[in-house]
Amino acid sequence: MMLKLLAAQDHQPPAQGDARTVALPNDADALALPLDGVERVDLHFPSFTDGRAFSQAFLLRRRRGFAGDIRATGDVLIDQLVQMQRTGFSSAVLREGVDVADAQRQFELFPGFYQGDAVQPQPHFAKAA
Amino acid sequence: MYHYTAFDKQFVQQRARQFRDQLTRWQGGKLSEDDFRPLRLQNGWYVQRYAPMLRVAVPYGEIASRQLRVLAQIAREYDEPEAAVFQAAMEGQGKLGTTFLPKNCAHFTTRTNVQFNWIPLSKSADVMDLLASVQLHGIQTSGNCIRNTTTDALAGIAVDEIVDPRPYAEIIRQWTTLHPEFAFLPRKFKIAISGARDDRAATGWHDVGLHLVKNAAGEIGFKVFVGGGMGRTPVIGTVIREFLPWNQIMNYIEAIVRVYNEHGRRDNKYKARIKILVKAEGQQYIDDVEEEYRQIVEIDGGPHTIPQAEFDRVAACFVAPRLASVPDVEPTALQASLQAQATEHVAFGRWLRRNVHAHQNPQLRAVTLSFKRPGQSPGDATSDQLIALADLVDHYSAGEARVTHDQNVLLPWVHGSQLFALWQEAKALGLASANVQLLTDMIACPGGDFCALANARSLPIAEAITQRYQDLDELDDIGEIDLHISGCINSCGHHHSGHIGILGVDKDGKEWYQVTLGGSDGSALSGAAVAGKVIGPSFSAAEVPDVIEAVLGTYRDLRESGETFQNTVHRTGLDPFKEAAKQARHKEQETAAA
Repeated sequence: MMLKLLAAQDHQPPAQGDARTVALPNDADALALPLDGVERVDLHFPSFTDGRAFSQAFLLRRRRGFAGDIRATGDVLIDQLVQMQRTGFSSAVLREGVDVADAQRQFELFPGFYQGDAVQPQPHFAKAA
Repeated sequence: MYHYTAFDKQFVQQRARQFRDQLTRWQGGKLSEDDFRPLRLQNGWYVQRYAPMLRVAVPYGEIASRQLRVLAQIAREYDEPEAAVFQAAMEGQGKLGTTFLPKNCAHFTTRTNVQFNWIPLSKSADVMDLLASVQLHGIQTSGNCIRNTTTDALAGIAVDEIVDPRPYAEIIRQWTTLHPEFAFLPRKFKIAISGARDDRAATGWHDVGLHLVKNAAGEIGFKVFVGGGMGRTPVIGTVIREFLPWNQIMNYIEAIVRVYNEHGRRDNKYKARIKILVKAEGQQYIDDVEEEYRQIVEIDGGPHTIPQAEFDRVAACFVAPRLASVPDVEPTALQASLQAQATEHVAFGRWLRRNVHAHQNPQLRAVTLSFKRPGQSPGDATSDQLIALADLVDHYSAGEARVTHDQNVLLPWVHGSQLFALWQEAKALGLASANVQLLTDMIACPGGDFCALANARSLPIAEAITQRYQDLDELDDIGEIDLHISGCINSCGHHHSGHIGILGVDKDGKEWYQVTLGGSDGSALSGAAVAGKVIGPSFSAAEVPDVIEAVLGTYRDLRESGETFQNTVHRTGLDPFKEAAKQARHKEQETAAA
C-alpha cells in the first residue's frame, strides 16, 4: 500500500454528521474507537515531534485490522512519510508549499527495515531466514 | 563483534544519504531550522555553545580498530574549527578562566559513544559518509527516541557472567533502529543491559534496565526494570517483570514503549521521561504494559519473538577471536612470570592490579587503557592517540576494543604473556595511568566549555582535582571511589550516582558547584543504586578541590579497617563530611546561597 500524498486543498475534514469519516484526537484510545461503517480515520499531529498518532495508526491498522483510509493531518513533515506508511497511514496531507519531488524521494531511500510494521508484519530476520 | 551483513551496511549508507538530503534542503531554505533540528539530532548533530557537536554511536561500546582509524581521521581532518569560531570560543570561555579548549580530538562518553566538538555543519554530511564507510553512524544518538543500548564493558569475558548480553544488545539495536512508531517519543529513552552478577552497566538508572538471569529450570530470561533516570528528578527503576523469557524481549519492550508513547507527558519536558509516568501511575502503568504485551503476543502474533535461529546467527558473531600468533602458556607459569615482572617493575605491578581484569579464558586478560591523566580532559583522545590506540588494538586485542561507561577504552582479548609489552607501549603513549576505579578515574561531561545546556564548567574542576591527586600511593590509600562531575542537572556526568558527585549550578551568572555524597550506580562496590545527598550550600570553583580534599581527609580519619569511602559514608552519615566541607570554604570569598 503506497501512501497517498494530498495537497492541503484536497483534504476535507470530516463533515458534521458524516459517520463514515472520523477525526480521532491524538490523546484518544485507538482501541476504543467504534469502527462500524467508518471509511476514514483522520489522525492528528499537533506538531511533527508529537509521535502519538504513529501508535494510534499502528493499533488501528494492525491490532484492529481497520481496512479504510488512515490519514495523517496537522503538522506533517515529509521526513516522516515513510514512518507514516509503515505504521499504517494510507494518506497524508502535506504542508503548503512542499516540493512533491522532495516528498517522493523519501520513499526511495531504504530498501528495507529491521522491524516488522503495520504493513509488513514480518521483521527483516524473518524475511532473510 | 557483530559482523555487518550487506543489508546492515547498506542501511547505514542510506541513512547517510538521507541525512545529506536533509542537510541540503536545510541549506537551501526548504527545511526550516525548527524542522531540521529534530532530524539532525536523531543523527547525532547538536549545535552547542560555539560550534556543532557530533555524537557517533558505538553500539554497546564495541568498536573495531578500523573504526578507530576513521574516528582518528575525523578528529584530524574535521574536528577543526574555523579561526573565527575558535577565537570566539577562547574569548568567551577565557572570561571564565578557561585557557585551553581541546580540538582535533574525540571524547568517549558514559553511554559508550564518541563525540566531536568542532565539526562545522557544512561538513556534516561528508563526515556521515566517512563514518558509514566503516558502519559507524549517529543514528538515534540524540532526540526523543530510543538511544544506543549500553552494556557491561566486560560483556562476554567477565568471570562473574551469567549470560553474555552482547547478542541481545545487538538484537535490541536492530529492533530500535529507525523504529517507525517510536522516533518521536515524549522524551529520550535509554536501555542498558547486564548479564553478570555485578551490575557494571548502571541498569537501575536507565529508562529500561535489563538483567539477564537464569530461572530454576536453567532457562534464560530477563529481569526487567523500568523508569530509572537522572536529571532533575533522580529515580531508580522499578522491577516490572521478575522473569521474561529471552525470546520475548522485543515484544515486551514494544509494550513498554507504546504505553509510554501514548501516555507519557508532553506538556513539560522536565516531566516527560518515562520515570515520571511510572511514578505517577504506579501499578496502573505495569498493568497497562502487561495487557499491551498480551495483545502484542495474542492478537498481533508476537512477530518480534526471536527465533532460536536468529539468535544463533547473531550470537555466532560474538565468539572469541583466535589469537593466532600467541602460544598459550601454562596458567601457573603465566602467573609466575607476571609476578616476576611486577616485582621487577613496580609501576607495572600497580597497573596489573588496577587496570588488568580477569577473563573467562585463563590465558587472557582484559585491559583498561586509562584516558584519565593530567593535561587532557577525562575521556578525550587526540587524533594521534586514536591511531596509536588502533595499533595497540590490532596488535594486542584481535582488532577489537570497547568504549567503557567510565570513559576509558578496554582491550578485551589480551594474552597474558603480552601484558608487559602492552604496558610498555601504553605507558609511552600516556595511556597507562594505573588509576582505574580510583579518584582520578573520574567521569566528567564536557561542561560549560562546550555544552550550551551547562550551567558551569566541568573540565577545569576535573583538571584541578586530577592535578592535586597525582601521588599513586595517596590514590591507592583513598581506594576505590566514583567521582562524577556534571555541568548541569541534565546529569551527563552522572553526578547523582557518584560516591562523590559534583554538580555545576548557576547563581547570578556565576559558576557554583553542589557536592553530593553516597550516590551509587548499583555496582557491587557502590551498593544499591541511589542518588547522592547534598552536603551543603554550593561551593565556588576555587573551593571545590579543597572541599574534595576535606571530604577525603574526613574519610581517611574516620574509616575503620577495610572500609571503602562508600562504606564509611554509609556508616557515619553525612554530618562529619558536611562539617569538614564547611571548614574548607574560603573565608575571604562570598559564598553562594543554598
